Amino acid sequence: MKIAFTAKGTTLDSKIDERFGRAEYFVILDEDSGNLEVIENDTSSMEHGAGLQAVKKIVDSGVNVVITGNGAGQKVLDVLKMSDIEFFIGASGTLKEAYEAYKNGKLNKQF
Amino acid sequence: MKEIVVISGKGGTGKTSISASFAYLEAKNAVIADCDVDAANMHLLLDADFSHQEDFYSGEVAVIDSEKCTNCGDCFDVCRFDAITKKENYHEVNPIDCEGCWYCSRVCKHDAISMKTQKAGDLYISNIKNGGVMVHAKLGFAAENSGKLVAEVKKKARSRANNENKSYVITDGSPGIGCPVISSLSGANLVVFVTEATISGLHDLKRVYKLVKTFKTPSVCIINKYDLNLAMAKKIEEFLAKENIEVIAKLSYDETFPKAMSQAKTIIEYDEHSDIAQNLKSAWQKIKNLVNKEKK
Amino acid sequence: MTITIASGKGGTGKTTVSSNLSFYLASKGKNIVLADLDVEEPNSSLFIKGDEVNKEIAYTMKPIWEQENCKLCGKCAEVCNFNAILALPKGILTFPELCHSCYACSELCPTDSLPMKPHRIGEITEYKSEFAFVEGRLDLGQEMAVPLIKQTMEYVNKKYPSALKLWDAPPGTSCPVIEASKDSDFVVLITEPTPFGLNDLTLAVETMKVLNKKFGVIINRYGVGDNKVEEYCFKENIPIITKIQNDKEVARLYSNGELIYPKIEHFKNSLDEIVEFFEGLK
Repeated sequence: MKIAFTAKGTTLDSKIDERFGRAEYFVILDEDSGNLEVIENDTSSMEHGAGLQAVKKIVDSGVNVVITGNGAGQKVLDVLKMSDIEFFIGASGTLKEAYEAYKNGKLNKQF
Repeated sequence: MKEIVVISGKGGTGKTSISASFAYLEAKNAVIADCDVDAANMHLLLDADFSHQEDFYSGEVAVIDSEKCTNCGDCFDVCRFDAITKKENYHEVNPIDCEGCWYCSRVCKHDAISMKTQKAGDLYISNIKNGGVMVHAKLGFAAENSGKLVAEVKKKARSRANNENKSYVITDGSPGIGCPVISSLSGANLVVFVTEATISGLHDLKRVYKLVKTFKTPSVCIINKYDLNLAMAKKIEEFLAKENIEVIAKLSYDETFPKAMSQAKTIIEYDEHSDIAQNLKSAWQKIKNLVNKEKK
Repeated sequence: MTITIASGKGGTGKTTVSSNLSFYLASKGKNIVLADLDVEEPNSSLFIKGDEVNKEIAYTMKPIWEQENCKLCGKCAEVCNFNAILALPKGILTFPELCHSCYACSELCPTDSLPMKPHRIGEITEYKSEFAFVEGRLDLGQEMAVPLIKQTMEYVNKKYPSALKLWDAPPGTSCPVIEASKDSDFVVLITEPTPFGLNDLTLAVETMKVLNKKFGVIINRYGVGDNKVEEYCFKENIPIITKIQNDKEVARLYSNGELIYPKIEHFKNSLDEIVEFFEGLK
């Protein structure tokens, strides 16, 4: 499975970014290979559709699960639902810690 | 870094003069973003030097190569914006009406239509009074996507503030409730409404407030010209109280605004000891207290 | 004849002048219609307390996805230049607020799965006072003013083809103002004699020149600032239609939504100068 985290940095030791739309990075963990892919989120350019283009990149990367802190806007949620991607909130700490929490069923599954 | 966005809904309430005063007070520790890209004015009060300029590009316009054009009219048939006219031997696009949707270029079977990137404006970074820095812009003629130019101004201001460890970005927004205003509000830590004690001021405040409410950003309000109509000022205060919006200053109807402006001065420079200047200083202090108190 | 009242800078007096002028012209028996085209913040209705005689919902056309025959080929997303359509694994998502209604996705879809349907953007309301008054009001959250401005003008042009039409335009110099000005016979630019007023007036003048419009200037709050606007107009050969004196009493009446000219002589004199100027235009 490919898991995308909203992150403040680019490694598994980086902190979770609680926000989705304004997250600095999306870090994608490929559970099978252990590889990390990083998408930089150009947040402050609110070009119409830019935030959604970032989500599209996540979808195109073949992500199956998104893990974040607080939640995401309706448009982002619509895109994730339409892409069969599971969405978890309540993550905190480092990406590593958030991953553990996800594996142990401690996160809040929105869909 | 905290961003404070000053908006009004209605034009002419004094928003820019007030933002400029804040900019002057906090110059060394703030980057200013003038997001009224349609009719920017802050540079007139802050002695902006326009030292850095860049072209801003947004969207495309269709251009028909008259040599390749066979006059078949397929482009004319699909254009929803009446931007294409039939000339004698070829068709022509009017760039003012062209929306840049690319539809005509996609249907042309003779490869006669190309999409040309449009320069849509100029973006400037200026040194201003008191050692400050301002990002501002001028939207090009009939340029669409002023929201995108606003976003670009904000992006540069925020990034400059972060790089130079400045604590604040002070954003002067545009009038209205449309795309440029929505863009100005993005990422704001605090919204400052500037209204005036008139029936139009109250009407437009209510409308733009509804917009801000959906963003859930903390807000405060400055009532300008409050003694022009005390009854109207009271109605405004009642509305604000109901919505839990603190009034951080009430400024009297005063010719200090145009007088200071005529001398290219902010109100603070014009007469530091005036009531208005004192009110603005204390309002700015309240703003700083509020944004710094905000939980992360 | 159609006359647009615009400004450049906000708050210079467009609505004050257009509403007072409308009442004044109507009182002299002129067949006039006023349209409030400042669809983001329409204020004229605060000064014109008429009875509502008609309300229409304004629409633009937007694509709606119909799943039945869709093969998820993604052509729609490919041809949309505004990021308003996403083709995703489970279906098509449209974003109406980004859509410019170009119809490309709908017409190029191989399975007819994106029919264009009406999408509400605001309201056009007609009031009856001493004259016909029509207001365009954009729904909150709608980002584009131009389509509603266009439809409001079309409503008036269709219903009152032979009246003298006054368009109260939005502030600024960009697309909404261009839409409200480009088909008019004359544009009145209202400004104030201050550095902001002058700066924005020069921008508005640039715009009018590119549009090839005949225009003139009204200097409002004359006396409050300096004389640079006047000098600029002389230098550029721009007619100054009238100078409205700076008067706190005008501001006070305005603040209550009251008409100015019945109570203030110099304001009425300015309206006379405007009427005379319009007579000269024909």
